[in-house]
Amino acid sequence: MSVATRPQLSHLRALESEAIHVMREVAAELERPVLLFSGGKDSIVLLRLAEKAFRPAPFPFPLMHVDTGHNFPEVIEYRDRRVAELGERLIVASVQQSIDSGRVVEETGPRASRNKLQTTTLLDAIAEHRFDAAFGGARRDEERARAKERVFSFRDDFGQWDPKNQRPELWNLYNGRIRKGEHVRVFPLSNWTELDVWEYIDAEQLEVPSIYFAHQRQVFERDNMLYALWHGTELLPGEQVFTDTVRYRTVGDMSCTGGVRSQATTLEQVVLEIAATRITERGETRADDKVSEAAMEDRKKAGYF
Amino acid sequence: MTLDLLRFTTAGSVDDGKSTLIGRLLFDSKQVFEDQLAQVAQASERRGGEGTLDLALLTDGLRAEREQGITIDVAYRYFATARRRFIIADCPGHRQYTRNMVTGASTADVAVVLIDARRGVLEQSKRHAFLSALLGIPQMVVAINKMDLVEHSQARYEELVEDFEAFARKLRGGRNPRRVEIAYIPISALNGDNVVERSEAMPWYEGPPLLELLEQVEVAYDHPDDVPARFPVQWVIRAGGRVDLAGNGEHSDYRGYSGQLASGALRVGEEVAVMPHGERTRIAAIDTYDGPLEEATAPMSLTLRLEHELDVSRGQLICHPHESPTVTRELAAELCWMAEQPLRPGGRYLLKHTAATATAIVEEIEDVLDVHTLERVQPPEALELNDIARVRLRTSAPLAFDPYAANRRTGSFILIDEHSNGTVGAGMIVAGA
Repeated sequence: MSVATRPQLSHLRALESEAIHVMREVAAELERPVLLFSGGKDSIVLLRLAEKAFRPAPFPFPLMHVDTGHNFPEVIEYRDRRVAELGERLIVASVQQSIDSGRVVEETGPRASRNKLQTTTLLDAIAEHRFDAAFGGARRDEERARAKERVFSFRDDFGQWDPKNQRPELWNLYNGRIRKGEHVRVFPLSNWTELDVWEYIDAEQLEVPSIYFAHQRQVFERDNMLYALWHGTELLPGEQVFTDTVRYRTVGDMSCTGGVRSQATTLEQVVLEIAATRITERGETRADDKVSEAAMEDRKKAGYF
Repeated sequence: MTLDLLRFTTAGSVDDGKSTLIGRLLFDSKQVFEDQLAQVAQASERRGGEGTLDLALLTDGLRAEREQGITIDVAYRYFATARRRFIIADCPGHRQYTRNMVTGASTADVAVVLIDARRGVLEQSKRHAFLSALLGIPQMVVAINKMDLVEHSQARYEELVEDFEAFARKLRGGRNPRRVEIAYIPISALNGDNVVERSEAMPWYEGPPLLELLEQVEVAYDHPDDVPARFPVQWVIRAGGRVDLAGNGEHSDYRGYSGQLASGALRVGEEVAVMPHGERTRIAAIDTYDGPLEEATAPMSLTLRLEHELDVSRGQLICHPHESPTVTRELAAELCWMAEQPLRPGGRYLLKHTAATATAIVEEIEDVLDVHTLERVQPPEALELNDIARVRLRTSAPLAFDPYAANRRTGSFILIDEHSNGTVGAGMIVAGA
């Protein structure tokens, strides 16, 4: 038996093939999947993977956006346009509605954010539509608590994640069996890094929201991050608003996502910047992770993405 | 940037320092991000006082682990050098979590086994080495760590290499027909000797440092024409005409069978057989979203269109007629038991193999493995968590399989408990019984 020293696929195409396989397994073994689409780069890649997995047929699941109401308008505009392009169904689960109906209570103060509230809205939507599987764009390289995630991540009927109780995942055999009321989160991008995602977006020439590229914006500095000025901003004493050229590495709420100073206006430049970067995507830009050492782990145990 | 992908596991006893090794690999190859380092520095100082930097904390992620100072679950780390893209599956050494180690090992190309130079080759390391070989990892690197604590003694190193070789002779024969290539390296993960940089304290070692070895190791890719083609049908795409969300409908214009090629190659026009029933047809087209292909090779995901209107569904397997898999309802397999509840003869489970699910009854436990001696011993009444045994199973429907030693994808299966839904066993098929 001869041994070839070159693989048949590049690492990116090998990762892509694995992700397509995962999506098809979910479609086959679960009955009511949904794809969580935020308009962020990871979920943008998920959409392309879904096209590769299921076309020429329609997706065997709808898309869902858990909308905090505090999104960058550019992202909402992109979301609507992309969904229309694909001709797929979008469900918008509204955190505002959860607030209005008394399901959750809005935080107050200058550091308030709706980030944690999303969990309730998400779980309510899953229960309402009886979804039994939800695709998310999370990757294992993002954050320490995610390094332990399986591709199929089980949530009990409270939506909770128990790290001690995840199933062994061997070869590419996924066990998606669940009881009524439970659901599974599935992460086809588990083995992808931030750089892989951007290289894939470049390779596929996928359109992404404009905020990922350098642009001028009114910002203020707080806790070593640059936040966008928006209608919900409450400035603290000493904080000044100024205009700077920034881009976003991750798409989250305007209230808790920081921009980074950058001159990268093309995909190629963004990829170069990321390859050279010294700070993780979330470390640089997500205030929600900084609250405690185990912030993400705690939120996952409560049912977060 | 066309890099290839290498998956490797790290395994070893709790105190062998594998978490430190990974932290060192990432730290020295400049893959650790500043903010991660700051977090780890903070946590290290909280625990160990000012100035300590416990690299192991880079990979211990869960709160309970950090509190207990051990690794509970498999952690996946990602990094790339100019030559390769790596995925590390850092597996727990604690005996209780062997099932997680088996998880990490199942898709790995290389196993890095750590030995503590002071304590020698312990049972835990043997167990992990054995599991790596059992799971079909073709290459092993035995890193003899903490060389700084044995004064970088070449004599001690060679003694340990000899000890491990004696054990490895058993790995290479008998129950594990697949060849295992083993390389040895003396290192100190704590001080960084021979991890990324060559050690100045051990001039007698002439081989490359660990990272260089990992960059160079040739992963044994089988040439697609040398191995049988195996295409498990995963999902049927039906489109055109009036279709509902599930793709069922009248006047379906398009009907394709999707899946990931597990091994080998397929070409348009070739005659194929659909297993297990064996009906024959030809490949009419190989479709992908990016356009049709003349030829496809593993591990591509693709969609096949067939010349004839056969009844093809998920769980079936497409292959070339002259090199088809074995079809049987009786199997002999190596089974790693991963549940708290014991396995008794007569136990009934679901069995998932490629994309097929059937019911299986474990008819007999033929023997159980003593990991220390690698001898087969008398079968017990029941298999307990972490036991590895040769079993005989009967399935409710015929399976089309290859021996695990020939094909990791079509030779593997999992057992699922119908009541708890947990994955309770990891199986590697030896033969039809």
